[in-house]
Amino acid sequence: MKNDCENKTLSVLLVGVGGQGTILAGKIMSAGLEQSGYDVKMSEIHGMSQRGGSVTTHIRFSKDKVYSPVIEKGKADLIVAFEKMEAMRYIDYLAKDGKIIVNDFEIPGIPITMGDREYPKGVLEALKAQAEVTVINANNIAEELGNPKVMNVVILGAAVKKTGLEGIDWQSIIAENVKPRFIDVNIAAFKAGYDCE
Amino acid sequence: MKKTLMTGNEAIARGVYEAGTHFAAAYPGTPSTEILENLAHYTEVNSEWAPNEKVAMEYAIGCAVGGARAFAAMKHVGLNVAADPFFTVSYTGINAGLVVVTADEPGQHSSQNEQDNRNYARAAKVPMLEPSDSQECIDMVKYAFTLSEEYDTPVLVRVTTRVCHSKSLVALSDRAEVPVKLYKKDAAKYVTVPANARIRRTYVEKRMDILKKQVNTSEFNIITDNNSKTTIIASGMCFNYAKEVFGNDANYLKIGFSYPLPMELIDGICKSADKIYVLEENDCYIEEAVRMLGYSSKLFGKYNAQGDAFFPAYGELTADVVRMCVTGSENASRKPNADFVVPRPPAFCAGCPHRAVFYELGKMKDVVVSGDIGCYTLGFAPPYNAMDFNCCMGASISSGSGMQKALDLNPENKKRVVSVLGDSTFFHSGITSLLDVVYNKGSNITIILDNRITGMTGHQQNPGSGFTLSGESAHISDIEAIVRAIGIEDVYVIDPNDRKAVVDTLNKAKTSPKASVIITKYPCVLKKLSALDNEQFPEAFKSKCIVNDKCVGCKMCVKCGCPAIMMVEGKAFIDKGTCVGCGVCMSICKLNAIERR
Repeated sequence: MKNDCENKTLSVLLVGVGGQGTILAGKIMSAGLEQSGYDVKMSEIHGMSQRGGSVTTHIRFSKDKVYSPVIEKGKADLIVAFEKMEAMRYIDYLAKDGKIIVNDFEIPGIPITMGDREYPKGVLEALKAQAEVTVINANNIAEELGNPKVMNVVILGAAVKKTGLEGIDWQSIIAENVKPRFIDVNIAAFKAGYDCE
Repeated sequence: MKKTLMTGNEAIARGVYEAGTHFAAAYPGTPSTEILENLAHYTEVNSEWAPNEKVAMEYAIGCAVGGARAFAAMKHVGLNVAADPFFTVSYTGINAGLVVVTADEPGQHSSQNEQDNRNYARAAKVPMLEPSDSQECIDMVKYAFTLSEEYDTPVLVRVTTRVCHSKSLVALSDRAEVPVKLYKKDAAKYVTVPANARIRRTYVEKRMDILKKQVNTSEFNIITDNNSKTTIIASGMCFNYAKEVFGNDANYLKIGFSYPLPMELIDGICKSADKIYVLEENDCYIEEAVRMLGYSSKLFGKYNAQGDAFFPAYGELTADVVRMCVTGSENASRKPNADFVVPRPPAFCAGCPHRAVFYELGKMKDVVVSGDIGCYTLGFAPPYNAMDFNCCMGASISSGSGMQKALDLNPENKKRVVSVLGDSTFFHSGITSLLDVVYNKGSNITIILDNRITGMTGHQQNPGSGFTLSGESAHISDIEAIVRAIGIEDVYVIDPNDRKAVVDTLNKAKTSPKASVIITKYPCVLKKLSALDNEQFPEAFKSKCIVNDKCVGCKMCVKCGCPAIMMVEGKAFIDKGTCVGCGVCMSICKLNAIERR
């Protein structure tokens, strides 16, 4: 998804489960895009997110004007899934030549914890059968860095790499968007995600 | 000028600030909540949470009549609560500017209905603006104050979820210093006895007649002529969706000042068109105007020229939906493989103090549960299935009272109505409902789930939480004292995580024919605990439950619906990172296989 066509609007869909930090990741990504001169629109639906629901953040950007903040089905250039089942849930948003980054991590919903359903086996293989998929183990990387919560910024690093965005000072943008004592670990997380491929 | 990204809600707050506004009030409600939360950062604007939307509106009216610019915000159903003052302040007018935001919910992401509050502008004869992005949120809110003062009227700003919760670039300006106007007594204007109101009524018509002309030259009603035979008329976020689909291949009328509608502009742009697409979410508000002007034969709105359905009558009119309706085919896309997708319904959090209450209510076969609006509405869902009906804020008690009386007319029903609502909802409009129960000899049992905060909308302070919007300490209104003062004699205060207390108290309440109130007092697990919370609930969320080797895998504990417990290799497993040690599962386990540490 090299950003070769400067005036095209690119669409990135972040999907995950409430509490995984998709909103912060989306905020940092949008801030970076804005600072490097893109028109950016971002949309979130998070009404029930704190209660274990599925959450999405839409980001659209272009050197021209962006109108809709909402990605159309079949038009996402990149889906960034913080949880693997969520990648499949929203795969109808993926463009024909779109790509998926998926965190190899499972969060069981209530039907699964209650034993009514099982967490589906083979999600990654099923995704790969449908699209070009990059798998990342962001939770492990974050734990190695000493703070499991920076998993979201690890994924962000990988997503930024995939979009081919260059010349953006992500370090300072991260510093502006996280609490001072967590700046270093978040910057390390971003780098680890960026370099993990 | 340096631009910055803001959500629509942040931008509305910014616009209120830049307009030199002095006072603001709101009751939280998705998608409007963050407007006041952001306004609280601007100390120049005195902002507060009101107990309900009607109070917020009335407070703002008082501020505006008193001479200071004032603002109120609410979600769409909130304006129903505040409709009474809204309709009449349209007649009295104001002294300093009064702007009201209604945040509508096409798609019902977090709401019980999808009402179109543009109808309120028309019904109350109040001018209305509809921003389509964050910059317009700032610009239109500021203009709304000018308009309000120029035409002696409140002004309604109508936004939708996608405007509220989407970010786009904005340019910021300094705050205008607007002096507070002198208050002069003017009973003929402000006292709404019929003799006065009839005179004000004629003023309202004159005002709207002038605006009907003015609106055709408004800077917010914009025609773009792309020399096309296709015309798009759209307002709010729908304009953006239209641009995605039609690009520069159509002429546009973007309506930002939408009540009164700019009929001359609509007529002008429709005349030369072969096809007219009206893009608006919810009702046929603009579409009806286009039909009234006689353009039905080339119109595509909710209905086409033949009267057949065209654009959907409900839900969001996103670009893919528009494209599908216009081209007749969906965007090509992959289909999710259903074998790999399990639903993820919202659930009570691990440690939620509502869990044991609904777990027990769900097991009682002799109760009908009258619900309310809040996180606890999720008690309707499996595994609890513990709610029969609900309607709107505060209705659990009053509807519950009516239902009990109806059920009692048929002795075969043998059901006791239990009304459940939260602390913030009780303050909002449950108090008046409880007055009715006592006054008119109702007999329903009410449970007030006091989790010490307004939970569903993301932890806003309320009259019982001890703090104001800006974080100052405030008087704590005592729910128990209020309930007793209203006249309820049987009042119980219990710990909702104590399952035995929940059952015993409910059973005791059921044995009495009188109305009673059970207050369950325990903080929301997501709440940032105050010093008082820490003093009152020293053990809260400080322990973990673990499963020991006595577990036989009977699944009793997982049936309490806690996201921290799951079955792993035939035995219960409790996720340490999620569990906060509420102990509800522990009390359910009959084999002492769960311990708390």
